[in-house]
Amino acid sequence: MSGVRVLVGTRKGAFILTSDGKRAKWDVSGPHFAGWELYHVKGSPADPQRIYASQTSGWFGQVIQRSDDGGKTWHQPGTPPGESTTGPGGAPKGESNKFVYDTSEKTGKPLTTHQFYDGNQHPWEFKRVWHLEPSLTDPDTVYAGVEDAALFRSTDGGKSWIELAGLRGHGTGPQWQPGAGGMCLHTIVLDRSNPQRIFVAISAAGAFRSDDSGKTWRPINRGLKSQYIPNPEAEVGHCVHRIALHPSRPNVLFMQKHWDVMRTDNAGDSWTEVSGNLPTDFGFVIDVHAHEPDTVYVIPIKSDGEHFPPDGKLRVYRSRSGGNEWEALTRGLPQQDCYVNILRDAMAVDSLDKCGIYFGTTGGQVYASADAGDNWAPIVRDLPAVLSVEVQTLP
Amino acid sequence: MIRVVLPPHLRGLAHVTGEVQLDVDVQPTVRAVVDALESRYPMLRGTIRDHVTQQRRPFLRFFACEEDLSHESPDAPLPDAVVSGKEPLLIVGAIAGG
Repeated sequence: MSGVRVLVGTRKGAFILTSDGKRAKWDVSGPHFAGWELYHVKGSPADPQRIYASQTSGWFGQVIQRSDDGGKTWHQPGTPPGESTTGPGGAPKGESNKFVYDTSEKTGKPLTTHQFYDGNQHPWEFKRVWHLEPSLTDPDTVYAGVEDAALFRSTDGGKSWIELAGLRGHGTGPQWQPGAGGMCLHTIVLDRSNPQRIFVAISAAGAFRSDDSGKTWRPINRGLKSQYIPNPEAEVGHCVHRIALHPSRPNVLFMQKHWDVMRTDNAGDSWTEVSGNLPTDFGFVIDVHAHEPDTVYVIPIKSDGEHFPPDGKLRVYRSRSGGNEWEALTRGLPQQDCYVNILRDAMAVDSLDKCGIYFGTTGGQVYASADAGDNWAPIVRDLPAVLSVEVQTLP
Repeated sequence: MIRVVLPPHLRGLAHVTGEVQLDVDVQPTVRAVVDALESRYPMLRGTIRDHVTQQRRPFLRFFACEEDLSHESPDAPLPDAVVSGKEPLLIVGAIAGG
């Protein structure tokens, strides 16, 4: 019987929640890496036993963890203990937590500063990996979105990382600036129908697209309007929170921006607002139903100054028409005194029939719906603050 | 034999419990000890010193013999009591945050 494995990253460790296809009874394992921040945990679509995790700390920096057995055991995919850290000729071996910006003339043009909060230019400084996106076809290939914003790729199972420097180097980098959470590349979307195409999103710069496997990039922010920046329709500078697509219709993307829910039908060449009747169009998460490309989910948050649901009611909103017309989904969710937040990487869908929807809160709850959002129940209630939720649908 | 005490998070990362004991072939300094530590436990590379700059991470400090060595030169000789193994070199994480 098929089942699901929910991968949860929290402020104090990772948790793995498993269930059969009914998604009614759950086993909980963890905390894995107790005490560390797990910004993101994601499985390979090509090999569900392969899982990557971003383990990070303000004290100790970045660590990459990998499991080859579905999360039962983990290791850092760099040099094994006891082996020399240098190879023949003294060259350093791959190191799984080494993310070094490419400043070579050859690849990306030396780009060393971006705009800071005060408007001055500030050096690029690596802080952490926000998002790990495994390749759709190769378990050993994985992309990492990092703060300060850049895109890295590993083709050796996370042992070593190379920056795809064309993104930072394409020309608008000096205009990027950090959002309140830092200047992070938080979203990476791959296109199953076109292996050359990659979408990324950066706060606060916007969305970008590559059509040549990450060599060259261009901003795709036409149609976005952000009243809080000097030119609301600028080419870059927008605080995009999350983008999502349905694999069957990869030119249609949905975006939760700082404010505004947006849609494009031409792979980002132009966007239109589809916030419609949402009670507020601020929020972080957005996702698409596994089998219905026009069914979209968001969780409205009151405002940028008040990161909790309006009126203390935790409501998922679903549109079955690709935006504009939204219905509140409340059954099983707290409808009073609820003041949690749902962070940008903390919603996911499985591919069972009916489609399962999952999200985690800063209050430590992970909610699941086994019927596309009609009914909800908490899988767990008291985890540390949830940073990310991903789902693997298992055969 | 140099004794090193790691903060709990790094002990977990290195899969060790208690103190670490290291043979250091050269003049024992903070740099030499951390070099030896990273050689024995490669998973600690980048967690005590920045990969690129080799600077101590801001929320970590080095102590020994009730002295804060964090702002000494990393190439300064360690105290005799550390070199002899009587006292450990302490790598301490700041007590801050959640």
